[in-house]
Amino acid sequence: MTGKRTRRTSGRKRKNQEKWLSLAFLSPSFLGVLVFFVVPFFVVIYYAFVNNPVQHQFVGFDNFARLLQNSSFQLAAKNTAIFSGIAVPSAVVISLLLACLLNQKLPLKSQMRTSMLAPLMVPVASVVLIWQVMFSYNGALNGFLAHFGIDQIDWMKSEFNRYVVILLYLWKNIGYNMILFLAALSNVPVDIQEMAMLEGAGSFRIFMQIKLRYISPTIVFVTILSLINSMKIFREVYLLTGKYPYDGLYLLQHFMNNTFESLDYQKLSAAALLMALVMILVILCLFLADDRLGRDVEES
Amino acid sequence: MKRRNRYQRRKLTLKILFTAMGISMALISLMPIVLTITNSFMAESEITANYGAVFGASTQNSEGTAVTSYISQRVNLKFIPDMVSFSQYWTVLFNSPEYLLKLWNSIFLTVPVVVFQVAIASFAAYGFTRYRGRVRESIFFGYIILMLMPYQVTLVPNYLVSKWLNLLDTRWAVILPGIFAPFSVFLLTKNMRRIPKSYLEAAQLDGAGEWRLFSSVCLPMCKGCLVSVAMLVFIDYWNMVEQPLILFSDQEMYPLSVFLSEINSGEVGVAFAVAVIYMIPTLLMFLWGEEYLEAGITYSGGIKG
Repeated sequence: MTGKRTRRTSGRKRKNQEKWLSLAFLSPSFLGVLVFFVVPFFVVIYYAFVNNPVQHQFVGFDNFARLLQNSSFQLAAKNTAIFSGIAVPSAVVISLLLACLLNQKLPLKSQMRTSMLAPLMVPVASVVLIWQVMFSYNGALNGFLAHFGIDQIDWMKSEFNRYVVILLYLWKNIGYNMILFLAALSNVPVDIQEMAMLEGAGSFRIFMQIKLRYISPTIVFVTILSLINSMKIFREVYLLTGKYPYDGLYLLQHFMNNTFESLDYQKLSAAALLMALVMILVILCLFLADDRLGRDVEES
Repeated sequence: MKRRNRYQRRKLTLKILFTAMGISMALISLMPIVLTITNSFMAESEITANYGAVFGASTQNSEGTAVTSYISQRVNLKFIPDMVSFSQYWTVLFNSPEYLLKLWNSIFLTVPVVVFQVAIASFAAYGFTRYRGRVRESIFFGYIILMLMPYQVTLVPNYLVSKWLNLLDTRWAVILPGIFAPFSVFLLTKNMRRIPKSYLEAAQLDGAGEWRLFSSVCLPMCKGCLVSVAMLVFIDYWNMVEQPLILFSDQEMYPLSVFLSEINSGEVGVAFAVAVIYMIPTLLMFLWGEEYLEAGITYSGGIKG
């Protein structure tokens, strides 16, 4: 009796000890996150609702109203939304198609995979030069098109500049997404596919009705990842076009940079808070969609 | 028999078609990298002959010169230089200390972030693995939310803290928030949680304390993941643009990733050489650790699991 009890209490004691010791392992990171992200973010929330950092007068949603009426913010938000709206779905679809391609038995498969992943590990600043050579007014692409009698197009200074940057975005991000899809595709149970094949389902039907269902969590994840990366496209845009890009590429990060220069804390805070909420909302929607789609497929 | 033949022939054509598609995609992926490398071995004169039109155009255009006159001096995209020349590299390495200074800035900003982020994250991952209470799980969820936030959101709090602590215009303004970025915590935790519990219990029965469990069981079993996290963090910070633009007002402190965009217009030939020097570390990492990288990417899949 007594032996059992002491063992149990020592077990609980050990469990408790584990809890506190592992907390010690966690604490450096947790403290850092608190100091550099969480606490200042609460200040950001506070700033978003007061009139200025000196008077601290509560003004409700005035800052947000001011922000939403700001024409540069509107332009930046519109451009960012259009950019992500085109870039994210194309990144998901193209990388899924490539993953399906490489999921088959093909010669040179691993070499193809390596080459498509390589752009991920190349600094953007290094390849931007090539993009400029390709797409500038006197660039290689216009030279190539001239052979077909197509007039010179100023790719970087017209509405096309968005697509030039999307190309750069796709070039860089497709490899990562493709690896994720390849892993997901290889996890689709083989017996179900074989069964469907025996019952006469074509490979297109197997893809639509079986594989797509099983990889739907990965599709959601890749979408989120592509969305985050599309918000980082400012890097590429800045390196290609400098501080003041031609219209279609004035993005939210440009707006933030300009607001940092004027140090308008209220505008900055309201913008950051608004963007955080929008991101959380979008991601939440994606998760909910995933839950609905994947409900009938048990996760392994 | 005949029918079967037709079926097989169709299968073969498809296979050839798919292979061709795959190879062309692979070539497209590699082309910018290869072009950058080969162009860096061209002499200045060859570069100007080939690309003068691109990089001279912007200034001439703004002066309003007739556009038609440029058509003759179109750009030639060249893969192989007429004569291999190391003159650009010579210029970069020995005649213009500016580039090396910016490269040094990049190294000095990136390496501490990688080292300390991975170290602190591996501690944190152990903390998230060893005990999974409700509080701990919600903290982990908070890390994921933070990880998903774009720079437009996180840079504002970072700026505020740097201002309070008087870190603006010092390297610490970039390094310190970088060290605590949650990405590697997320990836390492996901990886560490895959270690079977029985391993840890067995080690515990043998008398291993928490530190031994961490350093002799968990870390060695996550070696691949540690490598791939380090690579991903390295390339992310090697590429940095947003942070220095906002946190540094002194352009002397800019890393090469920002500075490269400014030398483009002037010295194209040198820019190619600098671009190659700048991608050597990450390309070497990729060639050496591609397997780890792929495994790490695979682990990152599935936020919810």
